[in-house]
This record gives sequence, C-alpha cells and structure tokens, in this order.
Amino acid sequence: MSEELVGYYRQMQRIRRVEEESARVYLSGKIGGFLHLYIGQEAIAVGAGAAIRERDFLITTYRDHGHALVRGVSARAIVAELYGRDTGISRGLGGSMHMFDEERRFLGGHGIVGGHIALGAGAAFRCKYLKTDDVVICFFGEGATPIGGFHEGLTLAGLWRLPIVFVCENNHYAMGTPMERTNPVSEVTAKGVGYGMETDRFEGHDVEVVAERLKAAIARARRGEGPTLVEILTYRFRGHSMSDPGKYRTTEEVDEKKRTRDPVKLARERLLARGVSEERLAAIDAEIEAEVADALAYADASAWPTHDVMNATVLAPSLAYPPRFDGAHEPFEATSLPASVEPMLSKGGA
Amino acid sequence: MRELSYRDALNEAIAEEMARDPSVFLMGEEVGYYNGAYKVSRGLLERFGPERVIDTPIAESGFAGVGVGAAMTGLRPIIEFMTWNFSFVAIDQVVNSAAKMFQMSGGQYKIPIVFRGPNASARQVGSQHSQSLDAIYTNFPGLYVVYPATPRDAKGLLKMAIRDDNPVVFLEGEILYNHKGEVPDEGADELIPFGQARVAREGTDVTVVTWGRPYYTVMEVAKELEAEGISCEVIDPRTLRPLDHASIVKSVKKTNRCVVVHEHWPYGGPGAEIVDRVQREAFDDLDAPVLRATNLDVPMPYAVELENDVIVTKERIRKTILQSLYRS
Repeated sequence: MSEELVGYYRQMQRIRRVEEESARVYLSGKIGGFLHLYIGQEAIAVGAGAAIRERDFLITTYRDHGHALVRGVSARAIVAELYGRDTGISRGLGGSMHMFDEERRFLGGHGIVGGHIALGAGAAFRCKYLKTDDVVICFFGEGATPIGGFHEGLTLAGLWRLPIVFVCENNHYAMGTPMERTNPVSEVTAKGVGYGMETDRFEGHDVEVVAERLKAAIARARRGEGPTLVEILTYRFRGHSMSDPGKYRTTEEVDEKKRTRDPVKLARERLLARGVSEERLAAIDAEIEAEVADALAYADASAWPTHDVMNATVLAPSLAYPPRFDGAHEPFEATSLPASVEPMLSKGGA
Repeated sequence: MRELSYRDALNEAIAEEMARDPSVFLMGEEVGYYNGAYKVSRGLLERFGPERVIDTPIAESGFAGVGVGAAMTGLRPIIEFMTWNFSFVAIDQVVNSAAKMFQMSGGQYKIPIVFRGPNASARQVGSQHSQSLDAIYTNFPGLYVVYPATPRDAKGLLKMAIRDDNPVVFLEGEILYNHKGEVPDEGADELIPFGQARVAREGTDVTVVTWGRPYYTVMEVAKELEAEGISCEVIDPRTLRPLDHASIVKSVKKTNRCVVVHEHWPYGGPGAEIVDRVQREAFDDLDAPVLRATNLDVPMPYAVELENDVIVTKERIRKTILQSLYRS
C-alpha cells in the first residue's frame, strides 16, 4: 500500500510544483491569458489516473494541467504550451485551457463550461459502438451542473447506458459564486436520479479514497452497467484564475482548508506514519524540483510556432478539396488584389 | 443517368457510404423508426440497424456533442438536424468543438463529421423555421459549408463530405427535397470535390451567381430573358466555403457584369463576400456595380402573400439583372 501511495504522492507533488511555478512565472509575463490552477484538488486527478487504464479516455475542463500530467504528458510539453511555444503539447495553439494528447487518449482541455460533457459521452458512444471495454472519465466542476450541456450530456449517457464516469469536482465556488447561489439542490448527486444513473459522493483530499471509490465506478462502466455521476468534494487553494483576488471567501476559510484538506500534505504525513523515510520523500521532492526547473528552461529555449503551423492546422488534409490535399488553410484575404492593380496602388494611384 | 429526387439522392449517398465504411453512422431526431422527419433516412434503420441509425431525444447540443466526441475517437458521424434552425441550440458544438478542435489541439484531433439537414424557407412555417444559415456558418474557419441545389450535386457532395476528415456543414434546401433531376446510375460512386463551382448555364451578357432554392428561380428568369435577347451565365458555387471565386471572376471578366442572388439576409454572408471579391479581382472588367437580389431584411412572416414577397422573388431577380444591364 505504501508503494502505491508513494506513487500518488509523487504525482500530486509534480502537479503542485508545476502549478506553483506556473503561477510564479505568470507574474513575469511568460504565460499569457487565463491560467486556472489545480492546487488543492490534486488528489482527484491522481486518484482517477490510478483508477483508469492507459487506453481509457480522459476529458476535462480548462483547469487541465493536472489531468494532462496524470495522463502522462511531460512537464516539458505542458510548460511549453503555457509559454505558447511550438514544442507545447498543442503546439502553442491551445494554451493553458486547451491541452490535448491524442496518443495518450487525453481528449482535452475545453473552455466552454459544460461544452465538453457531451464530447465525453461521444467518446463513450464510440467505445460501445466498437464493442470495446474502454471507458471514459469526464471531469467538470459543480459550476457546470446548471448549464444545458451537462443536462443533455448526462441524459444521453444515461439513456444509452454509455461506459462513462462523470466526475464533478465540487470545489464549492463557480468562479466567485458559492453553490447555494448556483444550484437549487445542495448535492450534485441529487441530480443523478433524473438521468437514471448510479451516484457516489465523498471528500476528495485523500487520494487513496479517491482511487478506491473511482475504481468501483470505472469497473461498473467497464462491465457495461452504465454511467455513474460521482461528486467529489474538494477545495481550490488559489483563485479561479490568476486574475481572481478571491474576495468572495475569507482568508480564515482558505487557511482552514489548507490546514485540514491539503491532499499533498496528507499523503506526506501518512507516508511518514507508515514508515517511509523523510530522506526518501526529500529525494522525490528534489527529483521533482529538477524536473520542473528543466521544464521551465526547456520552454524558455523553445521556438515560437509559425504561421505555417497555424495555417496547416485549420483543416486536416482534405480529400474533398483537391487544392488543399496538404491540409493547408486558404485564408480569406480581404486585401488581395490582382497583379494589374497592385502596381497602381503602390505608386499612390495611377 | 436516371431521374431521382433530391431527397432520394441524399438517401442513396448516406446508404452507399454506410455500406462502404462501418465507422459511418447516422444520428438525429426521428432518423430511425420514423424514417426521417423529411424521409431522407427512409429505410436506413431497416438496412443498417439501430446501432448505426440512432434516434435521439430532442437534445441537439447533446447529440451534436456526442457526434464530435465520436469523431475525435475514430468514428465518422452524420448528425442530422431536423432543420438547421435547431442548430442554434447546438452551435457551440458545431463551432467551438468541431470547427476549432483540429487547430486547438495543435493538429492532433481531426473531426470527420457531417452536420446535415434542411435549411432556409419552406412554406409558411414562420420565422423560427425559415432561416438560411449559410451566412452564419461560412464565417468560421475550420468548417466546410456545402449547399447543393440539384440532386446530382446533393449526392456527390454528400458522399464527399462523409469521406472528408473535416467538419462539414451540409445545408439541404428544405423546399428542394421533391425536386427531381439527373443522377448517375447506382454504383457510379461520383464524388464531387469542394471549391469547384458549376456553370449551370453559359451566357455572355451578365454573370448570375446563385445557390440553394433561388437557383431554380434564377434558371427560370434566365430562360425568359433569353427570349428577350439577354444572355445570362449562371454559376452555382455549390460549396460556399471553400468558395470557387476564380470561376466567378473568370466569368465576370467575360460578361463584365455580375448579380448575386441568395436566400440569406442581405447583411454580410457569402453574398456580400462574393461582391467583395468580384469588385477587387475584376475591378477593371466591370461595366456596372455588382448587384444583389436577396430575401428582404425582415424575419420571415407567416402570411402567404408576405412570405412570397420576402423570399427572393422572380420579379426582383429579373429587375436586378436588368438594372445591372442598365435596362431597367
């Protein structure tokens, strides 16, 4: 058991450190746009990663760095994506919110709340259509549960008994709005009955509990017994994104959670209690420090993506459009002129 | 060649592609047991079974999203909207998911999906059921937008759309389903490439560009004008994105005049896009401003007399063509 937990600890600490370093360099301007950190919620992605197989599919929201790491995307490719570099996992075209890895069956990082839930159901539809025993695990926050995408995605998954586990990471605040002001019910699992779905609900700071409980739901999906709606109670220690000053909750509340609900701290204390040495954990931490430092340096040294990359990825290589067999996009150029006119204009009119 | 309706041509295209490739499936409201709200999917459930012809509840955003998720993971979905008007509640999936996925993922996730269904006006179905969405969907890079007018084009373009690895918005003229025309014999496997306009009628005095329902009205007007000594060249782009502007410009350089006729509203859209391209690329060859005949700029009224006037009329088309010839 200890060895398993050592693995979980390592994964959670990797996420924690990648996120902390990202937050630090964000302030220096190396990362642009939105940056949603996973700090405080690590036990969920790591527990889920332990519960699924390599060939299962994983899909999540814009708070996706932790899930990407768990799926096996390298810290280098993640940080390079945050830096908007060509070596990023989405070649610098996606950014923080849109990390994907087709080879590792990581279906991404999606930016429209609730929009990806039906995509997860679609991947599960594929698993059933092809008569495989692959399953899908689909993450979202409690803030996604009022939107139509949640309702339609869960309706179809429940109706068709698709092999999918819906994991609601309930961190209590949809951006700055607490759940009692966004939902008519206080428990997300109360909604499960409307989709004919099994449910489960538990605290999510203990990674061993998360792994064990999710294994049951995954196994049910794999046996063809349909989807499960799992609500995992958690807490994000940072703001919704980097621009969030967090005025909607008290410092006392956040400190209390950090003291009692920190999944990384809890795992570390448990490992020590089980006889794993402080030296061994320090060595793991040191390895992670080196990995993160290497990722930052790698991202810094990486090239920017070019217009060629951008144009070549608007459309896939196309059978239907012969001039564009190579997939290159033909941009609509609102300024192009025939050669006969161009010289006149460049002379300032004829 | 044989005569086939636009509806049956589409039906054949789907059936042939489903027979050819087991990863192709059809999903939508009433596509199975009901045989399709417009009977485009007639007989497909019986032939391919409920695992491949899938009835859905009324949940466009849900099943459009399921289609995109299935396309990301290796299947080739055909998603039927009972009408394109209903795609508004699923536009997030068409645009934010399907159109952007390949680029957003750095070129990893291809989305081989066809969204299809009836588009534009029918008969007195009111403002929420009569919109032509070509003006909206052509705005998004990452989507192909196809709008066939004839049964032959409908079949060849749909087969092509199903085989392509990119998301295709396939607009079918709701009023055109019963329209009959020549279609190659069964098994001919004709695939019509995108971005290639069809010259429907050769002429020398004016180029008329049109697609969808007004195509037939334009052809009637062109025939009448011929009797009056006016020779119209009619061009149907067939796909609006990619747009074969080279063929249009080539024709305008010959006729020196251009009229664009379409059913979407006049503000923007492929209609205005074509005007822009013609004025830039054939500026020296134009003898008159490029004009447009369009639906009137109002939501579709129910009353039959009003509706008949809002949908781009034969009279307006004729008048606009004459105007471009300075004969009005």
